[in-house]
Amino acid sequence: MLPFLLKRIFTMILTALCLTFVVFYLTNLPPNLEKLAKSEAGSRITDDEVASWLERNGYASPMILRYGEWLGVVPGWTTADADGKVVAGRCIEKGQDPATAARFCGILQGDWGFSSVFKDDVSKIIGVRLTLTGILMFWVMVTMVPVSLLIGILAGMREGSRLDRSLSTFSISTAATPEYVSGVILIAIFASSITGLKWFKGSAASAMDGITFENFFLPVLTIALYGVGQVARMTRASMAEVMTAQYIRTARLKGVSFANVVIKHALRNALIAPFTVIMLLFPWLLNGVVIVETLFSYKGFGWTLVSAAGNNDIELLLGCSVVAVFVVLVTQLISDIGYVFLNPRIRIS
Amino acid sequence: MQDLGWSGILVGILKNFLPVWISLVVLFAVSIRYKRRLGLYGKLFDSPIAMIGFALVMFWVFTAIFADLIVTHDPLAQISQMKNKLPGTVQPDGANWYLLGGDHLGRDVFSRVVEGSRIVVQIAPLATLFAFMVGISLGLPAGYYGGRLDTFLSFLANLILAFPVILLFYLLVTPEIVETGMPQYMALVLFLFPIAFLMVLVNSRYYVVPEFRTKVLLVIAVVGGYLYLSLVGEVGTKVAVLPNALDIIHVPGNILIVFVSVVFVNSPTVFRIIRGIVLDIKTRDYVSAAQTRGERPWYIMLWEILPNARGPLIVDFCLRIGYTTILLGTLGFFGLGLSPESPDWGSTINAGRKLLTIAPHPAIVPALALMSLVLGLNLLADGLREESLRD
Repeated sequence: MLPFLLKRIFTMILTALCLTFVVFYLTNLPPNLEKLAKSEAGSRITDDEVASWLERNGYASPMILRYGEWLGVVPGWTTADADGKVVAGRCIEKGQDPATAARFCGILQGDWGFSSVFKDDVSKIIGVRLTLTGILMFWVMVTMVPVSLLIGILAGMREGSRLDRSLSTFSISTAATPEYVSGVILIAIFASSITGLKWFKGSAASAMDGITFENFFLPVLTIALYGVGQVARMTRASMAEVMTAQYIRTARLKGVSFANVVIKHALRNALIAPFTVIMLLFPWLLNGVVIVETLFSYKGFGWTLVSAAGNNDIELLLGCSVVAVFVVLVTQLISDIGYVFLNPRIRIS
Repeated sequence: MQDLGWSGILVGILKNFLPVWISLVVLFAVSIRYKRRLGLYGKLFDSPIAMIGFALVMFWVFTAIFADLIVTHDPLAQISQMKNKLPGTVQPDGANWYLLGGDHLGRDVFSRVVEGSRIVVQIAPLATLFAFMVGISLGLPAGYYGGRLDTFLSFLANLILAFPVILLFYLLVTPEIVETGMPQYMALVLFLFPIAFLMVLVNSRYYVVPEFRTKVLLVIAVVGGYLYLSLVGEVGTKVAVLPNALDIIHVPGNILIVFVSVVFVNSPTVFRIIRGIVLDIKTRDYVSAAQTRGERPWYIMLWEILPNARGPLIVDFCLRIGYTTILLGTLGFFGLGLSPESPDWGSTINAGRKLLTIAPHPAIVPALALMSLVLGLNLLADGLREESLRD
């Protein structure tokens, strides 16, 4: 188990380094930097002024060095005046004495940079936004997991029955409906003046101050619906497979009641596959979160990512991608480990 | 002329789709008549679910083909009095109706949805096909040889898969990146795979008849190479190989970028599926038999393993077209790539969502269209899976 874990973690770190470098590379291409210089120093500056601004702010050194600085393994850049005295640098804040500043300041030291649009520390922004998204995800999970497992188990317990057919059609339809479609339909039905229902609000902007059923139900439902389809289909397939196993037949022939067979014998074995699917669904839910937060103008993590990408806010976008990549990789790791623990047939030697 | 009621709207829509209904009826009548002779395709017509799915998919395919006959208005023409008007409203000059209402710029929602199906029906299957070519060309050797090659390719695939799709789109499709020519360089690499795939396919099969093989290879190289250069290159961009007179395929820059990013996102998943299937099939007896006969590795991969993997691949192909449609919609929803004027469904939903609580119809209609197409593809895949498992 331990060598397997170490190998997985090593691959994970390597993947994270590669991915963050790709994001760093793509966000730090010359056109992006030129745009940044123009938005920081004035849009009418000449090309020479752009070059000198980039030089002064440490953007002129090679890409790989700057990646190292951002990561915190290479000393931050500094600029010196004519006498060789350090006057500014990556790690030197305004008004700080250059001598007292740290040499390294990157992600590893907890310095995530400064957002050029929100004019605030990236770590602070991400912390606030992530909490908001966390609340959203919590409610999504609370609705999605029980509903989808129940649908999957009911459908898979008697394969081919009428209940199975109707539940399967339902889960196929929700799995075929992306969030931006179901969200639009839900808003049009429940929040527009056309149907006149107006049960819920079409915007979740007020949910950032206080969650009510009225302003939070639609966004949660929109994300959960898609996940329900996916997880229910997987649970159904796995349940249907387990129900044909020899030990289920034996238990039935012994005279155990159908309900008991399902609950005591089938469930545990049938829930292995859905567990990994739920874990692997996280990256996709991240997508859903971005879409839903944009659609319902709920200013969480997804909304921040979109606005950072749209406004060329390089440091914030880098911070967001670190979080996103981290979430994806950690859920992959958990699903692998969980699979091994839940399934006694798999032994890692 | 007066505004239409709901029944009037329904009749109007049904009447406009007349070419589609005729084609659907003919297609189904012929297919059901000869279903016993049509192999797996014929078996579709034994399962009601597969038939419903197939009908939904073909409905949109025929709509895309006959779009010029179906539309009632120019999808870009704006009539300012028709802004956000309800479905069935009559035009100010009384000549015609806006069957499904007008959008926020006074354009006909019905015509835009019909015209939008063209973009989706053209790009989604083609992009999926390209992704399959890339996935197959890399997945076969990775699964067959294993070892370092497999480790390396799997690592790359996992790398792309760990990328949140939306972030990837934002990074690839922004104007700054397009300026550097990066999507075109990616197209340069990705579009090479179909040609390489075809050449290896022919080469491994007709290796023993060199004369015939050389002729076919030359044809593929010349025709494929020409199409390749014409498709990738465009005068006035970073990659301009052919002069304008010889450049027959003019893909608007932004469509090419959308296409490339969708292929790029899809191929690693296809790679993983193919690799898994190959790992399973290569232990079979007929593969050992071929190895004992002394067949070359690429022959075994392409002519022994690949045909035997077709069942799951066809099913996944259907599902993946649906997924690609969703991805295209996502790009449109975030206003990436395609121009805001474009009538594709994602962009139309994006344009309509701002007024959703007041005038939902401009967003609802394309949303339902997209949903029905993806649902059709999923039902079709489900039906195919059941029918192919039956024998």
